[in-house]
Amino acid sequence: MTDVLDPGTEMDLGPVPETTRADWSSDQEVRWCPGCGDYSILSAMQMLMPELGARREKTVFISGIGCAARFPYYMDTYGVHTIHGRAPAVATGLAMARPDLDVWVIGGDGDMLSIGGNHLIHALRRNINLNILLFNNQIYGLTKGQFSPTSQKGKVTKSSPVGLVSRPFNPISVALGAEATFVARTHDMDRRHMQEVFRRAYEHEGSAFVEVLQNCNIFNDGVFASITKKDVREDMLIDLQHGKPILFGSEKQFGVTRGPEGVVIVEVAEVGIEHILVHDETIRNPSTAFSLSRLAKTPATPTPVGVFRAIDSGEYSTSVAAQIREVQAQLGKGDLAELLRSQPTWKV
Amino acid sequence: MTDMVEATGVADVRELDEVIIRFAGDSGDGMQLTGDRFTNASALFGNDLSTLPEYPAEIRAPAGTLAGVSAFQVHISNYDITTPGDAPDVLVAMNPAALRSDLHTLVPGGTLIVNKDTFDERNLAKAGYDHSPLDGDELAGYSVIEVAMTSITKDACKDLGVKPRDADRSKNFFALGLLSWMYSRPVEPTLDWIDSKFAGKDLVIGANKAAFNAGHAYGETTELGAQRVIVNAASLSPGTYTNINGNMALSWGLVAASQLSGLPLYLGSYPITPATDILHELSKHKAFGVTTFQAEDEIAAVGAAIGASYGGSLAVTTTSGPGLALKGEAMGLAVSLELPLVVVNIQRGGPSTGLPTKTEAADLMMAMYGRHGESPMPIVAARTPSDCFDTAIEAARIALTYNTPVLLLSDGYLANGSEPWLLPEVEDLEPIVVKHATEFNQTNEDGDGVFWPYLRDENLVRPIALPGTPDLMHRIGGLEKEDGSGNVSYDPENHERMVHLRDRRIASIPVPDVVIEGDEDADLLVVGWGSTWGAITGAVRRVRTSGRKVASVHLTHLYPLPANLGDVLRSYERVLVPELNLGQLVRILRAEYLVDAEPLSKMRGQPFTAGEIQHAIGERLVALEGDRS
Ligand SMILES: Cc1ncc(C[n+]2csc(CCOP(=O)(O)OP(=O)(O)O)c2C)c(N)n1
Ligand code: SF4
Ligand SMILES: [Mg+2]
Repeated sequence: MTDVLDPGTEMDLGPVPETTRADWSSDQEVRWCPGCGDYSILSAMQMLMPELGARREKTVFISGIGCAARFPYYMDTYGVHTIHGRAPAVATGLAMARPDLDVWVIGGDGDMLSIGGNHLIHALRRNINLNILLFNNQIYGLTKGQFSPTSQKGKVTKSSPVGLVSRPFNPISVALGAEATFVARTHDMDRRHMQEVFRRAYEHEGSAFVEVLQNCNIFNDGVFASITKKDVREDMLIDLQHGKPILFGSEKQFGVTRGPEGVVIVEVAEVGIEHILVHDETIRNPSTAFSLSRLAKTPATPTPVGVFRAIDSGEYSTSVAAQIREVQAQLGKGDLAELLRSQPTWKV
Repeated sequence: MTDMVEATGVADVRELDEVIIRFAGDSGDGMQLTGDRFTNASALFGNDLSTLPEYPAEIRAPAGTLAGVSAFQVHISNYDITTPGDAPDVLVAMNPAALRSDLHTLVPGGTLIVNKDTFDERNLAKAGYDHSPLDGDELAGYSVIEVAMTSITKDACKDLGVKPRDADRSKNFFALGLLSWMYSRPVEPTLDWIDSKFAGKDLVIGANKAAFNAGHAYGETTELGAQRVIVNAASLSPGTYTNINGNMALSWGLVAASQLSGLPLYLGSYPITPATDILHELSKHKAFGVTTFQAEDEIAAVGAAIGASYGGSLAVTTTSGPGLALKGEAMGLAVSLELPLVVVNIQRGGPSTGLPTKTEAADLMMAMYGRHGESPMPIVAARTPSDCFDTAIEAARIALTYNTPVLLLSDGYLANGSEPWLLPEVEDLEPIVVKHATEFNQTNEDGDGVFWPYLRDENLVRPIALPGTPDLMHRIGGLEKEDGSGNVSYDPENHERMVHLRDRRIASIPVPDVVIEGDEDADLLVVGWGSTWGAITGAVRRVRTSGRKVASVHLTHLYPLPANLGDVLRSYERVLVPELNLGQLVRILRAEYLVDAEPLSKMRGQPFTAGEIQHAIGERLVALEGDRS
């Protein structure tokens, strides 16, 4: 009988080595379309990793299927390109088996909100230690341009030639509906912002959900341009900062306040700064964060980015492992011969 | 044992070699529990035995109706038996519906014990009787014992302060007491069990014991004396035994495989009858470091298992037919990733929801071919409840040795049926050797060491480097991989080579030869797989005892098939393949070996009886003799 080991705990790896971006870049040729927003997300990640002090061998990228899901091939870490929609499930098993690892989950809007929607909400509900990045381009990229569950109503695509009939999911609302303990939004045009949000996700204990607005320049070019382009950003992106009044605009002349049907955008001069909502990521009740997530009805109106919610709550895999350790502390490690004799026995 | 018989002072206890008893009643009557207790007392007494629990799909079908009948058949003997018996010698019918639905199973002249209190107008009507069958002479062909079980039980409980309605619930213990007396079962195991099962509920303990004792006394004090029977202990191989059902044995086998391999056991599962008990059982064994994950669906369950396998656990997912269908795509991923994984399918009646609580073995084709692309997986199938232990270890051994997903097939009959199991000595179980890569296995153009995840060894097995291993970072995925380096490759020649490699590496996994049972020189060979082993073996024994020749082989490994199987099949004039499906193995055998194998199908939600197969063998033997004359 061999002693049952916890894989990953037996190796002494020494201090975390200094790394550079090159150490985190694999030797594989990146095959996204030239100009695709995925490139900037990848480089933001590769540049951030050395700063996080993460270990390459302890880092795993798990993805589903789609353009976004090719991401793991380009990181010089461990990685699995799984099947469409199932990355949160595979990552859940890995994170449960190996709490010593940093597990990132990458997928597109179709991957994580259509075929894999169920796995996403349940991963968020359990609050398992995963950093989940949803690259939202509001289109099915890899299958060449059908509408996705985040495409806007009326959207003309190959599979909705006279306009999409259904309304979209708002990924932040979905995550908050599942009571995710960390919910944030960033976009592919701002490396610093992405890195700050990814860092926060990395540091969060539990499921961290990040929506990355991503441009698909082939099948849905410019869907977010009216909010993410450099020259409009000040007026169109509402940067949420914990403990600060929610203000935006070149002169910080706009702000967010509570209205009768949830939060609304107002001119600060009209209501007075004292009536501007002060952002608090740590409110346990997700209602205000949810209301903030509903602020922008389309990507053509001012849209909050940054961390909507970050609360401490029991992490799943640690609790599962703790139950096992408690039982082992109480009963000792299991003995197979005893197990086989745990029902009534008789001798012949 | 003779002591006990003498102690009762009854001289005329008849000795029988075997007896088959069927307890039938409403789902609310506790028949499964009654059967289970009778079985355990018989096991401790030293009989060989085999059981067949049969219960409806609804938790509480309307009380008193035919749909609500739940039955438990147990076969006890003083010799080595392999099935729960063809037809019961004794039928205990707790209500009219049970009588109506199960009377046809009773042997002509058999003993029928009825709870006559339930034969009132309402219950008779619910069972579809317009008069009481106890009154006419339609039961004349049986030896009928009418007992007022409900009222005697209520009477026995009267002084305990138990409400009559609660006392009514103990009537199954009356039946158990009566049967325990009739079949000279020891009473202590049952009384002890009542104490421990209902600990803290003194009234329930009191009522159940009072009912049990009243049943026992009823036998002793009435004219039933003449009916008393003893089935002596069987002469089984020496050792320590326990009574085990298939799902428990399977769960323990997985725990054993974890201990043998040194890898922590990870189970991803989603509840589905009749596989759920494995999730329940393994959830109890945290002391063995077992992690169980009740996922949001079967796809997540297998997905999580794949993730855990990638992390270095012994990963398992358990399900039944409909769930296996959902896991198809993920199994294909495991084939492509070449990660160890045990997929357990406890088959049930299909298609769709089908007969969820009844047995069938019609998923063999799905196991063989139910994935997209060329995605071969080894398949093993258990033959008896206790064999589920060995089969689970075998499945894990193949998975971990050859880095492949493996399908393990069991079925509802094995899952819930039980038999005495000669416990193995833990020291005799063979360790499962697992080696993970920790070093580079290739050099690149620059002369630097690199890790190639698809550089195969002489058995075509790829190396696995667990995340956390320094320097061996690499990416794997479902896209086609270049042979060796594992990099994504769309090269046509490489794809064809990889398809062949995946095919060959599974096809060349060594499996033990089949062993011919019975007469090697017979004209007829019976081929079985899975749970048909008991009925086939019983049938072959009977035919041979009658002086005629027949042989059988049983397949534990369905893919790859044993190397000697083709030669064995071709050396018999006729080949008969009994299956609980329309002939799935038979198609594989015909395709694989070009033999004229013939199916014998049964699709009734029940296992074959030995009698059915004996009859089929008899017909073929007569035809063979006819051919020759
Ligand atoms: C089971 C299954 N169904 C369908 C597909 C085809 N498919 C591949 S990617 C994809 C959608 C991709 O869209 P998204 O997830 O938004 O990723 P993007 O390509 O936009 O990054 C689909 C439908 C598949 N690979 N597997
Ligand atoms: S199709 Fe769109 S999302 Fe996919 S790689 Fe090209 S630009 Fe990027
Ligand atoms: Mg998309």
